[in-house]
Amino acid sequence: MAAQPLAAANEAAKPWVSPAASAPIAVPRTTDWGRALPFVGPVVLFIVWDLVVRLGLVKPILLPPPLAALGALANGLAGGALLGDFAVTVWRTVQAFGIAAVIGMPLGVLLGSNEKAYRSVEFLIDFFRSTPSSALIPLFLMIFGVSDINKVAIAAFGALLIVTFNSAYGVINARKQRVMAARVMGATRWQIFKDVLVWESLQPSFVGLRSAVSMALVIVIVAEMFIGADSGLGNRIINAQQVMNVKDMYAAILAAGALGYALNVLFLLVERRIVHWSGR
Amino acid sequence: MSRFLNAPVFADVPTRPFQPGPAGTHITIRGLTKYFAGWPLYENFDLDIPKHKIVSVFGPNGCGKSTLINMIAGLVPIDAGEILFDGKSLKDTKIGYVFQNYREAMFPWMRTIDNIAYPLQLAGKSKAEVDRRMAELVASFDVKFDLNRYPYELSGGQQQTASIMRALAPEPEVLFLDEPFSALDFEMTLFIREKLQEVFIQTGTTMVLVSHDLEEAVYLADEVLLLTKRPTKVAEILPYTDPRPRTTATLSEPSFVAAKKRSLEVFQREVRR
Repeated sequence: MAAQPLAAANEAAKPWVSPAASAPIAVPRTTDWGRALPFVGPVVLFIVWDLVVRLGLVKPILLPPPLAALGALANGLAGGALLGDFAVTVWRTVQAFGIAAVIGMPLGVLLGSNEKAYRSVEFLIDFFRSTPSSALIPLFLMIFGVSDINKVAIAAFGALLIVTFNSAYGVINARKQRVMAARVMGATRWQIFKDVLVWESLQPSFVGLRSAVSMALVIVIVAEMFIGADSGLGNRIINAQQVMNVKDMYAAILAAGALGYALNVLFLLVERRIVHWSGR
Repeated sequence: MSRFLNAPVFADVPTRPFQPGPAGTHITIRGLTKYFAGWPLYENFDLDIPKHKIVSVFGPNGCGKSTLINMIAGLVPIDAGEILFDGKSLKDTKIGYVFQNYREAMFPWMRTIDNIAYPLQLAGKSKAEVDRRMAELVASFDVKFDLNRYPYELSGGQQQTASIMRALAPEPEVLFLDEPFSALDFEMTLFIREKLQEVFIQTGTTMVLVSHDLEEAVYLADEVLLLTKRPTKVAEILPYTDPRPRTTATLSEPSFVAAKKRSLEVFQREVRR
C-alpha cells in the first residue's frame, strides 16, 4: 500500500524529456539516392546507344544493339573464347607490370636518394617517358622477334619508366622535416634512407604503379593488335573488326575496358591498405 | 729592398682566444656567423645558455629565432663559429627537438608508440630497456590516449604530446622547442605547457624554447633571450625567477607582470630601431 505513493513520487521525479526527443528520428533518405548516382551515367549511355541503333542513326553493321554486345560479353566471359583471350591479356599485363615494379621501384628509390645520379639520367628517363612506347614496337620487334616476350618486354619498358620516375620523385620530394626529425634523433644516412625516405616515397610510388599498370595494358593490347599475335584481347578486337563481327568486337572492347577499370580499382584498394596515412 | 717596400699590408691578427662562459653554462656559442642570400643574419654572435634552465628566445620577425636553435641543433649549417655543449661537440651530445608542425615531424607509417620509441631504437637499446623507458614516459605524461594508434588518428594536442615524448625518450641533455604551441588550440597549449613545466621540474633538462607569444615565453622561462633585428645580436637577457610550479595565479603576480612588461619594452625598442 505504501508502494503506491512512492511510485507516484518516482513518476514525478522522472526527469523531463522533451517530446521531440522521444519522437522517432527521421533518417534522411537521400543516401539511397546517393548510392544509385554512379549508375546513372552508364544507364543513360546504354539508353542513348539503344535509341541510336533503333532509330537507325548508325548502320547496324557498325554498331550492334547494346544488349547484343553485352550478351556476347557475358557469353564470352562465361567460358567462351573471349575468356581465353581475356586471360592471356591479363597474364601478359601482369608479367609486364611485375617486371616494371620489381626493377622500377628499387631503381627509382636509389636514383632519388642520390640526386646527382638522378640528375644525370633525368633527361633519358624524361625523353623515353615522353616517347610513345608504341613508336618503339618495330625496334623491339628487331630485338625480340615476333614472340610473346616481345609484347611483354615493350609493355614492361613503358611501365618501368613511369614507376622509376614516380619513385625517384617520391624520394626527392620527401618531407624535409621528417628527414630533419630523423637526423636530429641521430639517425645515420642509411637509417634515414630505410626508415624515412623509402616510406615517404611509397605514396608517389603507388601513383606510379597505378599509371604503370594502365600503360602496360595499353601497350599489351596495341602489341596484340599489330605484332602477329594469335591470342589476347587486342588480337580478338582486330580479328572481329576484319570480319565485321561488330558484336564480338564491342564485347572485346568492353572486356578490355572492364579490365583496365578493375586494375585501377584494385590498385586504389591496395594503396589504401598499404599507404594508410595517405591524405591524412 | 723590394721585399720590405712591397711587404704585405695586413698585420698578423691573433685569433681571439676561446672565452668560456660563466659557471653553469651548458651551451657556449662563440663567433657564430651565418649568411642568408649574401646578407649576414648572424655575425660574430656569442651566447651562453645556462644548464638546467629554460631559456625562451623572443625577437622581431625574421631575426632568425628558429634559425638560431636550428643551428645549435645542427639542422642548419653554420658559416663560421663554434658551438659547444659542456665543452663537447654536437656529435657527442644527445639532444631532443620538438617541431612546430607535428604533422610533418611524426612518422605516419609507424604507430605512435613506435614513433616515441624510435630514437631509442636508433640508439640500439634492447627491447626491455625501451619498454621500461616507455612505461616511465607514459606515467610521467599521464597519457590518456591510445598510443597504439597511428599519429594521424590523434588530435593535434595528442600528436604534439607524443612528439615531445619522442624528443624526451632518450633523456636528452638539451631539449629544443621550435614554437611548439603555435599550431595548437588554447586548451592544448595550456595542457602541454603544464606538462613541459612538470617534466622540467622532474628532470631539470636544459630547454631552449622559441616562442612568438610573449606571455608563454616569460611564463616558462628562467631567462628570456631577446634578440635584435638582423644582423641579429643579443638585445638583452632578462632573468625571471619566480618559483616553480608556476600556475595561472603566477600570470597576475607583480613579478610576472613586471618581467613581461620589461620584455615588451625591450622588444618594442628593438622593433622600432
